[in-house]
Amino acid sequence: MSPVLSGILQLVALIGALALVYIPLGDYMARVYSSEKHLRAEKWIYRLIGADPGAEMRWPAYLRGVLAFSAVSLLFLYLLQRVQGVLPESLSLGFTAISPDQAFNTAASFVANTNWQSYSGEQAMGHAVQTLGLAVQNFVSAAVGMAVAVALVRGFARSRTGELGNFWADLVRGTIRILIPLSVVGALVLVACGAIQNFAGIHGIGQLAGGSQQVNGGAVASQEVIKELGTNGGGYFNANSAHPFENPNAFTNLFEAFLILVIPFALTRTFGKLVGNVKQGYAILATMGVIWLGFTALMMWTEYAHHGAALQAAGGAMEGKEQRFGVGASAIFATTTTLTSTGAVDSFHSSFTGLGGGITLLGMMLGEIAPGGVGSGLYGMLVMAIIAVFIAGLMVGRTPEYLGKKIGTREIKLAACYILITPTLVLGFTALSMALSTPPGSILNGASNSVNNSGAHGFSEVLYAFTSGANNNGSAFAGLNANTQWYNTTIGLAMLLGRFLPMVFVLALAGSLAEQKPVPETAGTLRTEKPLFAGLLVGAILIITGLTYFPALALGPMAEGLS
Amino acid sequence: MSTTTPVRPTSEDPKDVDGHGAQEPGRVAGGLFDPAQLLKSLPDAFKKLDPRVMVKSPVMFVVEVGSVVTTGLALKNPGDWFGWTITIWLWLTVLFANLAEAVAEGRGKAQADTLRKAKTDTVARRLTGDGGEESVAGTELRVGDLVVCEAGDVIPGDGDVVEGVASVDESAITGESAPVIRESGGDRSAVTGGTKVLSDRVVIKITTKPGETFIDRMINLVEGAARQKTPNEIALNILLASLTIVFLLAVVTLQPFAIYAGAEQTMIVLAALLVCLIPTTIGALLSAIGIAGMDRLVQRNVLAMSGRAVEAAGDVSTLLLDKTGTITYGNRQAAEFVPVKGTMAAEVADAAQLSSLADETPEGRSIVVLAKEKYGLRERHEGELVGAEWIPFTAQTRMSGVDVDGRKVRKGATGSVVAWVKERGGTVADDATRLTDDISQAGGTPLLVAVEDDKGPRVLGVIHLKDVVKEGMRERFDELRAMGIKTVMITGDNPLTARAIAEEAGVDDFLAEATPEDKMALIKREQAGGKLVAMTGDGTNDAPALAQADVGVAMNTGTSAAKEAGNMVDLDSNPTKLIEIVEIGKQLLITRGALTTFSIANDVAKYFAIIPAMFAVAYPGLDKLNIMGLASPKSAILSAVIFNALIIVALVPLALKGVRYRPMSADAMLRRNLLIYGLGGLISPFIGIKIIDLLISLIPGIG
Repeated sequence: MSPVLSGILQLVALIGALALVYIPLGDYMARVYSSEKHLRAEKWIYRLIGADPGAEMRWPAYLRGVLAFSAVSLLFLYLLQRVQGVLPESLSLGFTAISPDQAFNTAASFVANTNWQSYSGEQAMGHAVQTLGLAVQNFVSAAVGMAVAVALVRGFARSRTGELGNFWADLVRGTIRILIPLSVVGALVLVACGAIQNFAGIHGIGQLAGGSQQVNGGAVASQEVIKELGTNGGGYFNANSAHPFENPNAFTNLFEAFLILVIPFALTRTFGKLVGNVKQGYAILATMGVIWLGFTALMMWTEYAHHGAALQAAGGAMEGKEQRFGVGASAIFATTTTLTSTGAVDSFHSSFTGLGGGITLLGMMLGEIAPGGVGSGLYGMLVMAIIAVFIAGLMVGRTPEYLGKKIGTREIKLAACYILITPTLVLGFTALSMALSTPPGSILNGASNSVNNSGAHGFSEVLYAFTSGANNNGSAFAGLNANTQWYNTTIGLAMLLGRFLPMVFVLALAGSLAEQKPVPETAGTLRTEKPLFAGLLVGAILIITGLTYFPALALGPMAEGLS
Repeated sequence: MSTTTPVRPTSEDPKDVDGHGAQEPGRVAGGLFDPAQLLKSLPDAFKKLDPRVMVKSPVMFVVEVGSVVTTGLALKNPGDWFGWTITIWLWLTVLFANLAEAVAEGRGKAQADTLRKAKTDTVARRLTGDGGEESVAGTELRVGDLVVCEAGDVIPGDGDVVEGVASVDESAITGESAPVIRESGGDRSAVTGGTKVLSDRVVIKITTKPGETFIDRMINLVEGAARQKTPNEIALNILLASLTIVFLLAVVTLQPFAIYAGAEQTMIVLAALLVCLIPTTIGALLSAIGIAGMDRLVQRNVLAMSGRAVEAAGDVSTLLLDKTGTITYGNRQAAEFVPVKGTMAAEVADAAQLSSLADETPEGRSIVVLAKEKYGLRERHEGELVGAEWIPFTAQTRMSGVDVDGRKVRKGATGSVVAWVKERGGTVADDATRLTDDISQAGGTPLLVAVEDDKGPRVLGVIHLKDVVKEGMRERFDELRAMGIKTVMITGDNPLTARAIAEEAGVDDFLAEATPEDKMALIKREQAGGKLVAMTGDGTNDAPALAQADVGVAMNTGTSAAKEAGNMVDLDSNPTKLIEIVEIGKQLLITRGALTTFSIANDVAKYFAIIPAMFAVAYPGLDKLNIMGLASPKSAILSAVIFNALIIVALVPLALKGVRYRPMSADAMLRRNLLIYGLGGLISPFIGIKIIDLLISLIPGIG
């Protein structure tokens, strides 16, 4: 089978699998977030944290819940890393405490659902940090994202009330009823296919060519599954999903891509169910799907079609890609991971063709909305939909309205603030890094770059780092040594601000929408469930993102790719 | 004199919102644009360069700051022709934006001047407590003062006629030269300061303080002094400001990237890039669009008390229309002569005509007209019938008719005519009652015609009187339905009649036997469902409903209370205009949305012009982005800047006129506007920039 055909078949299989679970999972999640009953385990948790799951919260209370919970998580994770040195060896694997700046960066990264890693898992983090700290955050940071998305959906669905549900109930249910059950199933599949799951120590293994190699054990499969399912992306090992213990074969590779996409896509169904019009959910799904498929097709094309004798002999641009996956699977994984705020990688984006690297960058720059992170993808897309509705609504001669809610001054103000945040963080921090005459830490790892394109490529690496951080992706363009005080601090800040500032505006928006009385739909209403609107939304997203980042992209991937 | 509402040509053409061709000759059409206005408004455009004025439009303020910066740089390096050219074009961009606003305001100013002439200082004849009169200046009048006006006097202030009746020339505010009657009591008592009494004498009670009169408010309104930003305009401004910040960020951060790439840019180039990217097209035209929208209403003789009301008009989803005068011509007319068994229709027509010759009511006239048009009966004049004795209609007999040549002809209410025939020993045909019932069922009014001649007294047949629905109303309501607007007919008729007319006119719903309370309840019910309601009204009892409605259009002939309560006043007092008001509201929003889309879509081409020009030296590969094949980096940047400035001027007529609007569904409208302004906005700058580049590359030293 030709590599191109195999890539396409994998893509078709992936789409088929996603289609199969879309409705059941979406409906199930809608039931989870609207059910009146509490499971026994949930009641214990509520008693433990002293929360009343039935109490309705207005947006400031909901936001306080989000921020308080995340702040406590941040502090706990930071301290856990700082005390690693004094933990028993069975928990620390003998690793020492993490430095303050790196501990801050890592804590911010996992609490913000980013999973940017300026460390190598197997050389720094013991079982305690990996399992009690990082793995737990993989669940709850994802559940926080879903909770905020559900709060926004409730803002659309409810009227004449400012109440958005209960944050603690949403957080606990998202974790216990959605993420944990799916992870158990997913982990079993991964283990069955060869991923490891143990608490073994470090083994020294002799290599065939002499010399020795250290191999860590660990609860890899369980962390791997939530890493994908919760669109986290932080690998147990430095090599992330390119490591055979994390991602043993072509099937697990495709399965992991499926795990990444399954919740973000299915949430559009949940959204449709909760607002009482599944067609509205389909329009959002179509928007996300078109962008995702378009990017994947483009990526496959640029990676397969790259010229050069060596590349043609290999059937595509194989540098930085695993032999067991090939170009097609790597392309699917790369666009999937960058369009979803996941950041797990099964190949090295830095080694993609210039344009391929650009596609991964642009994917993140869209704001992680196609389909985006769990929860964050949906609310990000809905904010873009509000902007698109506003302009399109004016063009049909009415005060714009979306899902029966008027998009007035307050809504536009909040949506406008939302879309300002990530460009400010990405461009601001990148510019600062480039402008500092002696960048703290070496920007370029000379070995991975040829002399000819070090300029544009080096710039791409920095741009990629901040794009990845501010958009809560977490993947890296290898080559940048990010474990410096400067990058640990700035990327840490970018991740925190890029995660929680938008949540402030999303929740305020939800509160404002929930207070409105609904506007009845008439023939003069803009039909937001129609393909025309989905098309308009795709166009608006691409144009607004494109215009924002065009100069930066021109000096990075375009300069490299067009030369 | 006729009491029918004159039908204006403006309201009869259901399609034309732009106003071309539908206006009375001699009046400036809604959106026509005269290039000479540009020149005339130039001084005002310069005055608006004041940064305190500019800061109200964030987008253009950024352009002005950019212009100041490049001017400074050009002064530092006076030999740099490129810097000077960019500087000039940046200033022109700001100037063009101000020009657009000045032109829009200029049209209102001309109108305000006409109004001011009407507001010359008048001397009022105030009645004193003891029955005497004193002369005071019009500006000294207080609310509650009684003033006397006689033929030739200018009415000194707004008020209500409390005594007498007079004909008044209101052309100063309505432009309508035919005088109107104003009389004490009833719904035609309101008079407006600045209008002129033509005959008779009236006593007027002043209801408004000087300086706050209708004419003062009108002047403020058309001049734009009272203009406040509308909610959608504010929201759009916020979106534009945030886009401006995004682009500011993109340009400011570009310099460190450029330095790293070894291609440091001059401030002039960066300023040019920034101005090209921020949404200057819509930013420049936004306030002109708003002013022009209000102006379009003024051109149609509608005064909106706030821009908010105009915008709300576009959102209206329920229209309450009074049956009389809006949907029907306002009086019943003969539609048919129905003979009883054994009689010919022509016989009925002849008798009906004969009995109506002296009947000067509209119904009576319409019978004569119908007999002439349908049965070819020449109208006989009263004088032709020698010895005729005319029996006038009275409330007691409820009949009218004539005794001539030994014939007694009567027409009137069924019961009275039947009684008359029976009284004389005549026969009433069996089907007479059935016929009248049928007509009543169908919503019409039956008039029985009877005659007593040599064949004895007998009933001949029935005249079918009915409300005549204005032509084209059904089509108009269909259009409204397509736009998602529900029409509700309000009438005092009984439900039967109301239903028949509602069906004939094609309205969606009706409210029969409507009292002001019913009307109010209906409005509240619609609003509770989230709908916006528009209505017209003129009576004092309409005032609460006018105030409650989201768009309340008071007729200028109405009472002061109605005019106070509504948020718009129609000087023509034409209730059909409500439909046009809705269309103007929509057009205003569409114009903003369309130009915003156009403005954003434009940026794509500008990047393709400027980015390769900036960086192709450092990264030759980027020259592939120069898909327009522009001559040189400098000509490319210059072309983009020039295009950006010229497109503002090019779009001024569109901003003032409003984009073409046809009633259609939201989907069709979106598709159409996206195609024209989205796709058009994407493609047109590629062409425009290329053409400008071709032209300027001919200048030696650039190409």
